[in-house]
Amino acid sequence: MTIFGYRVPMMASLLAWCLVWEIVGQLELSFLVPPLSHVVAAAFTLVQTGTWQAAALTTLNSFLIGMAFAIVVGVLLGVLMGRFPVADNLFGIWVNIFVSAPLSALVPVLMILFGMGETTVVVTVFLFAVWIIVLDTRAGIQAVPRSLEEMGRSYGAGGLRLYSKIILLAALPEILAGIRLGMVRGVKGVVIGQLLVSIIGYGELFELYSRNFDMENFWALTIILFAAAMGLSAIIENIEKRVEYYAGVR
Amino acid sequence: MRNITAAASAAATTPSPEAAVEVRGICKMYADMEALRSIDLDFPAGKLTTLLGPSGCGKTTLLKIIAGLIPATSGEVRVNGVPVTGPGPERAFVFQDFALMPWATVMRNVAFGLELKGVGKDERQAIAHKYIAEVGLSGFENKYPHELSGGMRQRVGLARAFAVNADVLLLDEPFSAVDEQNRRKFQEDLLRLVELEKKTFIFVTHSIEEAVYCSDRIVILSRRPGRVAQIIEPEIDRTASPDAIRRDQGYLDTVEEIWQGLKRYVD
Repeated sequence: MTIFGYRVPMMASLLAWCLVWEIVGQLELSFLVPPLSHVVAAAFTLVQTGTWQAAALTTLNSFLIGMAFAIVVGVLLGVLMGRFPVADNLFGIWVNIFVSAPLSALVPVLMILFGMGETTVVVTVFLFAVWIIVLDTRAGIQAVPRSLEEMGRSYGAGGLRLYSKIILLAALPEILAGIRLGMVRGVKGVVIGQLLVSIIGYGELFELYSRNFDMENFWALTIILFAAAMGLSAIIENIEKRVEYYAGVR
Repeated sequence: MRNITAAASAAATTPSPEAAVEVRGICKMYADMEALRSIDLDFPAGKLTTLLGPSGCGKTTLLKIIAGLIPATSGEVRVNGVPVTGPGPERAFVFQDFALMPWATVMRNVAFGLELKGVGKDERQAIAHKYIAEVGLSGFENKYPHELSGGMRQRVGLARAFAVNADVLLLDEPFSAVDEQNRRKFQEDLLRLVELEKKTFIFVTHSIEEAVYCSDRIVILSRRPGRVAQIIEPEIDRTASPDAIRRDQGYLDTVEEIWQGLKRYVD
């Protein structure tokens, strides 16, 4: 971006918004908006507390388990749907319903099914993340050039080797895009799950701080969470870029 | 030039001993569309035979049936006397759109057939190295397909087919996605490789000039449903320089005769 011919660095807009936040906070217009400097200070103290570390660990644990299931199931189902019209007809409608459905509404039902603990949160992460992975994988598999598949077969790759040597690799850019989008949704899932179950992990902390109007800690928690979600997404995006570079011509 | 259409039916009943690939009564139906109708053909070993015809005559379908990539509705293909039930190591395919793995280097692409056969890394790289040199791509071993031009990509496809040391090479319009000047050079190189490798080539093209220039035998297929309309053996002196061949009267007459025969199929 350039303003009056001067090149403005990329993060400049973020700094400007931070400044606005600080000024509004210092003016004490609302207790909801404490100055950013206080929030940052709160964040540094927060991450050193045992409560936060335990909460972060629980949250990360639920998130990773849920994502692992979502990736395995999502890629498998996506490959099945991409390869076999029967599977596509059988599951297509459900995947499309679930990918756009407000899944938060289902969490209370999940609580009845899986109890008020981590299992519910893991299932919530799974349900938030899996559908987009299925859809993207399916699209990737269907876009694999027919000739590439025929090439694999004619040079002796049959059965599983056709998948491991050709089809999955050729669909990798789309599969990774699906996983990245799934991760972003999974972060939402873990927080919503924990908020509704409300006695574990990050959800518990959010509940605690918002109920006590401890806005400095509340915002600190939010910023840490956002940064983590963006960081995860950036890592996958980085892998994606490398893969797409090789897949540039298909 | 020799027109052996009449002799072809005789060959169908008495298989010639030197035929590497025999096609017997091949029919192919897609739903209710008839693509190929009772094709009987012999492909002599060590020769380059071209399948030529108007678009939609089923020439690529026939090639893929020979490759074992798609099943025939009825009829049989035998390679070295053995019936074809699927792809096999005695046949190698060169694809119209190259079908290179974009995530793999030239070296890995060329060695891919050997990799699937379970040949050890050093050995397959040595073989791949030889064929990369033979198609004129030395120094490009570690490049990726998107870093190469269309012509160079197809050279990779050709090297991959040579590397598996198959008896029969099946080429599906290999030069159609290559620009004109590169194509000419490529055709000359192909002729040199045919001479060098002593393999059976089956070549699909829609270019009459290309067919006459490259082939020992040209099979002309009629429009849908595809049938053998004519078999021609252009008798051209291959020892002459490429430019002399392209000005040769026999070459020009053959091109003209094939065009006269095919003209009625073109809208």
